[in-house]
Amino acid sequence: MGQAQTLSGTVIVMSTARDQILGGIRKSLGRETSPSRQEAEARLANHPRNLIPQRAHVSVEERIELFVTQATAAAASVARVGTVDAVPGAVASFLAGHNLPQRVKLSPDTFIAGLDWDGQPTLETDTGKAIDSDLASVTGAVAGIAETGTLMLASGTDRPTTLNFLPDNHIVVLPADRIVGVYEDGWDRVRQDGDLPRTVNFITGPSRTGDIEQTIQLGAHGPRRLHIIVVEDAA
Amino acid sequence: MKPQSHLFKENAKKALNDANLARALNNMKAGFQDKRRATIAKLPEFQDLRDQARDLKNHTLENLDFYLSRFEDRVTEKGGHVHWARTPVEAREAVLEICRSVDAKTVTKGKSMVTEEVGLNDFLIQSGLTPIETDLGEYIIQLRHELPSHIIAPAIHLNKEDVAETFRENHTQLDPNRRLDQVQDFTDEARAILRQKFQSADVGITGANFLIAETGSTVIVTNEGNGDLTQVLPKVHIVVASIEKTIPTLEDSATILRVLARSATGQEYSTYTTFSTGPRRPGDLDGPEQFHVVLLDNGRSALLGTEAQDTLRCIRCGACMNHCPVYGSVGGHAYGWVVPGPIGAALDPGLIGLEEAHDLPNASTFCGKCAEVCPMKIPLPKIMHHWRVKEHEAKLSPPRFRQGLAMWAWFARRPRLYRLGANAAIGMLGRLGAKRGRFAKLPLAAGWTAHRDLPAPSRGTFQQQWARHKRSQAPSSS
Repeated sequence: MGQAQTLSGTVIVMSTARDQILGGIRKSLGRETSPSRQEAEARLANHPRNLIPQRAHVSVEERIELFVTQATAAAASVARVGTVDAVPGAVASFLAGHNLPQRVKLSPDTFIAGLDWDGQPTLETDTGKAIDSDLASVTGAVAGIAETGTLMLASGTDRPTTLNFLPDNHIVVLPADRIVGVYEDGWDRVRQDGDLPRTVNFITGPSRTGDIEQTIQLGAHGPRRLHIIVVEDAA
Repeated sequence: MKPQSHLFKENAKKALNDANLARALNNMKAGFQDKRRATIAKLPEFQDLRDQARDLKNHTLENLDFYLSRFEDRVTEKGGHVHWARTPVEAREAVLEICRSVDAKTVTKGKSMVTEEVGLNDFLIQSGLTPIETDLGEYIIQLRHELPSHIIAPAIHLNKEDVAETFRENHTQLDPNRRLDQVQDFTDEARAILRQKFQSADVGITGANFLIAETGSTVIVTNEGNGDLTQVLPKVHIVVASIEKTIPTLEDSATILRVLARSATGQEYSTYTTFSTGPRRPGDLDGPEQFHVVLLDNGRSALLGTEAQDTLRCIRCGACMNHCPVYGSVGGHAYGWVVPGPIGAALDPGLIGLEEAHDLPNASTFCGKCAEVCPMKIPLPKIMHHWRVKEHEAKLSPPRFRQGLAMWAWFARRPRLYRLGANAAIGMLGRLGAKRGRFAKLPLAAGWTAHRDLPAPSRGTFQQQWARHKRSQAPSSS
């Protein structure tokens, strides 16, 4: 709370909006400190997991199958390749399959930019953030989450967020060992990496809207297509 | 926005006679109800998750002051700014000040019911700025100068023909003879036009589905991706959120998100769920340079500790209105404020005052479907009942209604007299209506007979029938 002195010398207490809102909460709840305050402190410190759905408690192979099934159900397309060497070819054939120009904007991170793009001489590549004229982007992902076929992407100096939203086609390269069961597993991976990234995007299928007569239409503002390339052995 | 809830009866009557509205609202069953049911059937833990989500939010509300301060600390640590607003005026001023500080001209917006609540768009226009709604539904109603009629499907009251007319009137730069009859035509047209707006906006404003105390993150859940383009492209990202959106941790968000999309659109998960923590960091190639969170109270803190506290658990999924027979008949505009449907009937009297909104808790058949589908288990009919009691105490209900109720209460406290009177009245109605079997008109019952006939009682009062039933069930003495 701030204090101010009037001309007559009396001190009045200037209550800020912040103090009034927080004070109002305490007054309405009829207490100064909550009886469950310690529980709240512990919750923030330990961030315990709540109920985890059984559907993700399966073997590694079944988890990958579940991810593919769920992502496909959300209208993403999925290709599976054996090793990272096959990724540029898979990108080229995705573009060809949709009659798209052989041109992609790559995420600058070492995993994506470091793939053998020169092995696809017809494929034009560039790295950086997305601009409006980019028709297709290629990025990695922190994790694939099997329970709903959701990708988890994190921003960083070499992982611009615009690649996930501006281009019409978003291609995500996902090593199979990054496919986890549930969202909480994805958060564990992010926590392991240290500081929480500025932006964490959970992406389930391509952009869509149901705003006109409740009819689902793909490609509202974000990508019209989401293509996931699962790499069985990325080592 | 200025509430129009006092006009509910009038507006509901108009809505009931609107055939186009009825046609549009008719899409809700297949669009929302059936999908929700099918998705929930695939998740056996759904009911247990609802219980956890409820408990989690109750715990958060009990400690809201603590969690809000932690949220503020974390936002600040990450280089963001928190602005506290007691009232819509303070929220609007905070947003304008930020816009002015960067000399902003155009502002793109993600769908945010809180910015509707504070009337942000009109205020920004009056202040010389150009706000552009980017959610397809919100964009359509902004062009039509209308308010959202549903919290997750703002243009649900419209049909394709309405949208075609609006687009032709507004997008005059396009070929007037272009085709506009498939949903894709509208989506593509809006996409192309809004793409330019995203790129040129100075400030992006979004709401927040959640505020995470643990990390200072704000969360938006969308399907279109417009919210993400709104916040990643401009120099400044402003989040406008009400204080009860707070939850403790990232893990807690996972739990609530498991019930949100399933309840709302019947999706397993929405297309985009985005966690934003602070502004662009050193070396980042994109992202906003400034990150601001405007926290709005506007009467919410005063609801804590009252019978209406449970409404603050609401996660704005819209399931209650998607399943409400009253909302399904009159639509959202009749409610006269941002939050319509059963949650509006339970929340609005607390936020805009009982005098303005006392008709809303009466716009319910008490069928209980809203509470049954609410992912946060808000006892909506119970809270509406609470407001009805308050309405009666404040003498806001019609005098004739209160007199009638008082008369009935007088009799009800005198069982013999009550039975005598009821027997006589029902007997008389039975005899009068015996021939046609129904009444098209009855004194004191115009509210009923205006819309349907009243069947004539043919077998006496309930108590008489019960007595007969008992006698017939009694073991015969042999």
